[in-house]
Amino acid sequence: MNLNQLSRRYTGPAVLTVVMLAMLYLVMLLYVAHELLLAGTLLVIAALALWTYTSAKTLALRYLFPGIAAAAVFVVFPMVYTVAIGFTNYSSQNLLDFERARQYLLDETYQEEGAKAFTLALFKDAHQFRIQLTDAEKETDQFMSPALALAKTAHITVEMVDAAKDKVVLDEPLGIKDVLAHQDALRALDVKLPSGEKLRMASLREFAPVKNLYATNPDGSLTNSKTGAVFKANMATGFYETDSGVQAQPGFKVNVGLAHYKRIFTDAKFSEPFLRIFGWTVGFAGLTVVFAAALGMLLAVVLNWDSLRFKKVYQFMLFLPYAVPGFISILIFKGLFNQNLGEINMILGGLFGIKPAWFSDPFLAKVMILLVNTWLGFPYMMVVCMGLIKSIPADLYEASAVAGAGPLTNFFEITLPLILKPLTPLLISAFAFNFNNFVLITLLTGGRPDFLDIAVPAGTTDILVSYTFRIAFQDSGQQFALASAISTVIFFIVAAITLLQMRFTRIAQEDKR
Amino acid sequence: MAIVLDKSQRWRVLAAHAFLIVLCLIVVFPFLVILSVSFRPGNFATGSLIPDTISFDHWRYAFGLPYQAADGRLVEPELPVLRWLWNSVKVATLSGLITLLFSTTGAYALARMKFVGRKHVLTGLMLMQMFPAVLALVAIYAIFDRLGSAFPAFGIDSHWALLLAYSGGIAMHIWTIKGYYDTIPYEVEEAAKVDGATPWQSFRLVLLPMALPILVVVFLLSFIGVLIEYPVASILLNTDQNLTLAVGTKKFVAEHNFKWGDFAAVAILSGLPITVVFMLAQKWMIAGLTAGGIKG
Repeated sequence: MNLNQLSRRYTGPAVLTVVMLAMLYLVMLLYVAHELLLAGTLLVIAALALWTYTSAKTLALRYLFPGIAAAAVFVVFPMVYTVAIGFTNYSSQNLLDFERARQYLLDETYQEEGAKAFTLALFKDAHQFRIQLTDAEKETDQFMSPALALAKTAHITVEMVDAAKDKVVLDEPLGIKDVLAHQDALRALDVKLPSGEKLRMASLREFAPVKNLYATNPDGSLTNSKTGAVFKANMATGFYETDSGVQAQPGFKVNVGLAHYKRIFTDAKFSEPFLRIFGWTVGFAGLTVVFAAALGMLLAVVLNWDSLRFKKVYQFMLFLPYAVPGFISILIFKGLFNQNLGEINMILGGLFGIKPAWFSDPFLAKVMILLVNTWLGFPYMMVVCMGLIKSIPADLYEASAVAGAGPLTNFFEITLPLILKPLTPLLISAFAFNFNNFVLITLLTGGRPDFLDIAVPAGTTDILVSYTFRIAFQDSGQQFALASAISTVIFFIVAAITLLQMRFTRIAQEDKR
Repeated sequence: MAIVLDKSQRWRVLAAHAFLIVLCLIVVFPFLVILSVSFRPGNFATGSLIPDTISFDHWRYAFGLPYQAADGRLVEPELPVLRWLWNSVKVATLSGLITLLFSTTGAYALARMKFVGRKHVLTGLMLMQMFPAVLALVAIYAIFDRLGSAFPAFGIDSHWALLLAYSGGIAMHIWTIKGYYDTIPYEVEEAAKVDGATPWQSFRLVLLPMALPILVVVFLLSFIGVLIEYPVASILLNTDQNLTLAVGTKKFVAEHNFKWGDFAAVAILSGLPITVVFMLAQKWMIAGLTAGGIKG
């Protein structure tokens, strides 16, 4: 066997072994970081990969595996996970798992009033820093830290050493300006003296001893050492609570069952905006498709006309809105429609002396969105309709010309009926696409102007997806779970649209045969 | 069609031209304004479509060069546009290559091999496309947030996270490539097999070279798709240095900080190349638009 054959024979197994070992290492890291769900997912994938590339029965799967695995993990799994989050209380206040929230509370400390203090001095040591703490009452007690980066605000424990024993030569201490610049990193430090005493930053000039805020009781509840209040874990609300209902922050993640769905559908505070937004979403998607399809179809018919010249030029120009990236053209329109500086109002002002408030009047905002989306959407419809019209046999038109029919009769009696059937599934996909046209709404209006008569932040031009985005990422509460529940509702709507679309596709295809 | 032209026909042709010209003007108007604005001095300047005085300040801004402000100071651009362009191109290129790797192999199995569940995989891929990633943003955020606590390199605000998130979006591309494989006669591969080629060899050495045109198209499609992707990038990236163009450009037309002129230059700088690439690849795409979709 020569080298070439050898390498060919053993490259595969060698690569597989290396990949497997790497994956196991990652699984271990995830396990150590308490990310059991992720560790489990990765382990399952690793096992499946191992089986796929060693078993003799999986020839086809070997080719499919990488793509399918990526799609399963990064497309399907997030969908399933979204549904699952919808049943929890996951939000910025209930971000952590129970164990972690409990540990967080147990790690919390407080500074006793009137305890002794240590004065802080910050030194530069090459590219890093050292802090020196001096007992405010007994200046001979001086402690020095090892070199610290002070770049990240991560909680790290710093073991101090007695400055008298371990002398380090340093420049003059840095001024208060540098302390201010690094105060976030300094505040995050857990400083431990050689005596075992724990210190934290108390003010810009001082560190002071800290005590644990919560002490554990045998029954699992926590006692606040400062106030003596007893906090019990409430598995329904996801907080440690006193009997009177005072909650300790942060809360933890618990399952709340159908609570969010109940809120969305029965609580007027949430169902009212949901219904209004749903109505606009359907109206927006429907009208967009109607306008874009009508304009596109008209253009397709006109551009299919034999006696017309320069067809290619028109076609090229009219295709532009489809070719220019959406995020650019939408933002261009955002500028053009600007009330005081935009070119559109300048033209309207010059011609009619009006200055419509496109972004603050709900009705005008909707008109603007529909105008922009028709502009964006008609080229696709035009191209599709041109393709469909080309496939209509020419003798039909010849026959109608012999019968003396005009162009309108031609359109309504021949063209429209013949292209409508194959077009319907495409119209439904266009509807589904616009139903979730997050980019347009977010970049153009951001959902604004907001409803004035509703408590939750919701906009008059918000569609369901942009509404969930606001609930999850912009609204101060970051109510991930509520957003996920609404997303789940959208899943069902999209699924229904998909079923409809597949049905019409089948009809269109049966027709072809 | 041999039809006698009458007088009304001529009027109809004229009317059609008028209609098309007006529509073309509406289509081109925004781009002309942007071109004009990018050369106008100042960010709030209004004026005629052909600027009276030409200023390159906005273009200097877009290219990250310092420019002279009205009071004579040299101003350093605060938003790193070229950096965003680089981020976008980097992520899009890598993502395009990953997509190509995953979808050519997957499509090969689906086009050339018989196995249990083949139909279901195809239907599943089709269904996957109907549910856009924007519906799962919360979960995607949560997954990468947690992943980041174990491996910071794959957490929020990293390009690796973005690459991973995009790597699953291959459903449409698998369909496109499979459609192309189906048009390539199987006989050539069979001949190779008779000569003793393994399936991998007949895929790698026979089928792939013949499928080169579609590979270029799919790469471009996925490249453009990533360049213009907004929702996922907007939740996964947050520091100025890490943004992609699609997320960053928005900052120029924020409500309280409206930089119309700078935006115009940036829009042309980033939009023009993408548009040109799209136009070049459009021939295949239009074929895909009507022929693709659900084929039995």
